Amino acid sequence: MATKRKPAASKASKTKKPAAKSRKVSGNGAGKSQSSPDELLSMYRDMLLIRRFEERAGQLYGMGLIGGFCHLYIGQEAVVVGMQASITEADALITSYRDHGHMLACGMDPKGVMAELTGRSGGYSRGKGGSMHMFSTEKNFFGGHGIVGAQVSIGTGLAFAQRYKDDGTITLAYFGDGASNQGQVHESFNMAALWNLPVIYVIENNRYGMGTSVERSSAAEDLSQLGAGRGIFGVQVDGMDVEAVKEAGEMAASKCRSGDGPVILEMMTYRYRGHSMSDPANYRSKEEVAQVREEQDPITNLQSRLIKQKLITEDDLKKIDKEIREIVSEAVEFAQTSPEPDPSELYTDVLVDA
Amino acid sequence: MPTNILMPALSPTMTEGNLAKWHKQEGDSVEPGDILAEIETDKATMEVEAVDEGTLGKILIPDGTESVKVNDIIGVIIADGEDATVIEVSAATTKTTPTPSDAPGSVAESKAIQPELPQAKPVVELDYTGATEHMTVREALRNAMAEEMRADDRVFLMGEEVAEYQGAYKVSQGLLDEFGDKRVIDTPITEHGFTGVGIGAAFLGLRPIVEFMTFNFAMQAMDQLINSAAKTNYMSGGQMGCPIVFRGPNGAAARVGAQHSQCFASWYAHIPGLKVVSPWSAADSKGLLKSAIRDPNPIIFLENELLYGGTFDVPTDPDWVVPIGKAKVVREGSDVTITAFSIMVGKALEAADVLAAEGIEAEVIDLRTIRPLDSETIVNSVQKTNRLVSVEEGWPFSGVGAEISATIMEKAFDWLDAPVHRVTAEDVPLPYAANLEALALPQAENIVSAAKVHQLP
Repeated sequence: MATKRKPAASKASKTKKPAAKSRKVSGNGAGKSQSSPDELLSMYRDMLLIRRFEERAGQLYGMGLIGGFCHLYIGQEAVVVGMQASITEADALITSYRDHGHMLACGMDPKGVMAELTGRSGGYSRGKGGSMHMFSTEKNFFGGHGIVGAQVSIGTGLAFAQRYKDDGTITLAYFGDGASNQGQVHESFNMAALWNLPVIYVIENNRYGMGTSVERSSAAEDLSQLGAGRGIFGVQVDGMDVEAVKEAGEMAASKCRSGDGPVILEMMTYRYRGHSMSDPANYRSKEEVAQVREEQDPITNLQSRLIKQKLITEDDLKKIDKEIREIVSEAVEFAQTSPEPDPSELYTDVLVDA
Repeated sequence: MPTNILMPALSPTMTEGNLAKWHKQEGDSVEPGDILAEIETDKATMEVEAVDEGTLGKILIPDGTESVKVNDIIGVIIADGEDATVIEVSAATTKTTPTPSDAPGSVAESKAIQPELPQAKPVVELDYTGATEHMTVREALRNAMAEEMRADDRVFLMGEEVAEYQGAYKVSQGLLDEFGDKRVIDTPITEHGFTGVGIGAAFLGLRPIVEFMTFNFAMQAMDQLINSAAKTNYMSGGQMGCPIVFRGPNGAAARVGAQHSQCFASWYAHIPGLKVVSPWSAADSKGLLKSAIRDPNPIIFLENELLYGGTFDVPTDPDWVVPIGKAKVVREGSDVTITAFSIMVGKALEAADVLAAEGIEAEVIDLRTIRPLDSETIVNSVQKTNRLVSVEEGWPFSGVGAEISATIMEKAFDWLDAPVHRVTAEDVPLPYAANLEALALPQAENIVSAAKVHQLP
C-alpha cells in the first residue's frame, strides 16, 4: 500500500519462489524471437529510458526536489515495455502508483513526467497530482491511482466503454501481487468475464506487496489462475524477458479483440528498490536482490542477446546510452526550472464548468 | 365472528393500490391459503390469501377499483352458519385481523409512520408556461432518464435489478424494453466494483447513470466515489472529468432498521469535486435529474423511497430542466424561514400550515441542491424574516444544518433576531420499533416548536 503502512518489522520467509520460474506463453524469447531487429532495439531503448529516468528520480528525491511518496519501477521495465509493444496507441492503459515506467512506455514526455514529480506547472497534472496521479488522455493513459486495486475496476470500466463503443480497442489494467487480494479486483474479474470485456489484467508480481511476500499474503500459488473459477484464461509469463512479455501480450490482445476477453497475465518480475523511497527493504536479503540483478536483469539480458545476434555493436550501445542520458538530463533540467503552479491554480479543476 | 379482509401493503412504504381481481365470489367457501384476490401497484402485484376458513360473505371493494388505501376493508369472511347480515356491524368495527402481507412489519404499525404523500403544489419553475402532466416522482425520474437516453447515445443505466426486474423500486420500469440490454444493464451485487466500472466508463467519454438500490449500499463504494470520481479531475490538472450520476433512494424508508435508514447528504456534501442534489417534488426530480445527466461532473442524486409514489404536476417539454445549485421558495412568509430538502419539504409545509393557523407566516425553502448550496436564496429570505430553522433528516453533528447555520452567521449575522435552530434526526442509529422510529425522525411538530422559539408574542 502506497500510503498507509510502515515497513514490516519481521524478516521475510526464507522460502521464496524464484522470480521467473514460470511457464511462458509459447515460444522462447531467448531463442526464436518473433520481434524484428527494429522492435528489439526500440524495446531496449524504452527499457533503458525507464531505468535511467527512475535512477534520476531517486536522486532528485534524495535531494528533496521530489516529495511525498515515490515508487520506482527499476527491475520491472520489461513488463510495461513488452506489453505496450504488443498493443496499439489507440488502446488504453491504467495502473497503480508505481506509474512512471508506464507513462514513459506509452510515449508521454519525460519532461512532463519529471516536472510533475517536482510539483511544477510543467507537469502533466500541472503540479497538482504528483508521482501517483498523472494522466494523459492524449496517450490514453488513465492514471496513476493511489489506492491499491482501485485502478482495476476503473480499468474494467474503460473496457466496458470500449465494448459499448465497439471501436476494437482494448484496455491494459496493471496491478501488483498485493492488489490481487483486493475485493474489487475480484468483483471486476466477475463483471469482465460476465460481459466478455476486452481487458488484459496484467499482474506485476514483483514478489512483495510492500514488505509482505506473496507467500505470506496470498493463499493462491499461481495468481494467473485467480480468474479460473470465472473462466478467465490466465498464464504466467517471464516478466524479466521483454520478448516473452510481448509475445504473451500479443496473444492476450488478440483474444480480447476477438471477443474472448478478459485475460489475466501474471508477470513474474522483481523490483530492485524498496516499495517506496522510504522503504529500506529489510524484508529480503541483499543477496536475493543481487542474484536477480545478476541473472535476470531485463536490460542486461536483452543487451547480450542483441550483441550475440549481431544486431548491435558496443559502440551503438554507448551511443544509445548517451542519447538516453541526455533525454533524462533535459527532463531533470526542465523539472527544476519549470515554475511552481500559480497560487490561483489552487481553485481550478475542482469541477468542470457545466 | 366475521373476519375482515384488509387491503394489504406490498412493501413498507405502500399506501394504496388497485384491487385488480377477486378470485372468489360472494358465497364461495374458502380454506386457509386460498387465493382471494389480486392486488397491484405500479411496482408489483400480489395475491391475497385467506387466513381463516369460512365463506366469503361480502365483497366491499369490487374488481378493478383503483387507489384503495392500505388497511381499508375489502371484504368479509363469515364463519359457517353465520349470516351475511352481521357484516354491516362487523365492517364498522376496527378490531380486525390483518391480512397477511409480504411486507416486513405489520400493516397497522407501518401505517402509524406513513407520511402523508405530497399533494400537487405549484412547484413548476416560474418561467415555464407550457403543458404539464400529473405524475409520480417515480415516473418523473424514469422519464428524465428516458428522455436523456433518447437524446444522447452515451447515456446508459447500470445497477442492481435495473433491467429485467424493472428496478427494485420500479424507477427504471420500461427502460430495458425501450433501450435494450446494451444500455440498461443489470450488475451483480457488487457496489465497489460496478462503481469503479461506471467511473472508468465516464473517463472514456460515456455518461453513466449508476443506480444504487439504496444509498446505504454505496458505502461499499465510498473509496471510488470520493477518491476516484470526485478527485481525479483536480489531480489530472483538468484532463479527466467524470460525467456520471449516482442515484437512488436516500434516508429512512419505513421500519427497515438502522443499516438501511440514513441520510447521506452531509457526507457527500463535504467533498469538493461532487455536486449533491436531493429533490422533493416530481417536477424538480425530473428537471434536476436531466440537468445532472447533462452535467460534466460527478453528481450524487439523493432520492427518497417514500416520495416515489407522490404525485405532482410536471412539465412535459423535454427541454425543460431545473438548474443545479438553485433553491426554491415553495411557500412565502414573513415571520420565519424554514429550509428543508427531500421528504422534509413536505414536513416543513405541513408545519407552515400549523404555524399559519397560529398567526406565524413561515417561508419554506426547498434547497433542492445541497452542494453547491444556494446561500443567496437563504440569506435573502432571512433578511426578510430574521429567523431561520433548518430541517433535515440526517443527524445533527456536522450536518447540513450545521453548515447552513455557519453560513448564515457569516453572511447574515446582523439580520438575525434569534439563533438559528436545527431540526434533525435524533443522534442515534434509527431504531426499528414504530414508536421509537417516529421519535427519532423529525416530525412536523418538531418544526413547529423550533419555529416558535424566540417568536415575539
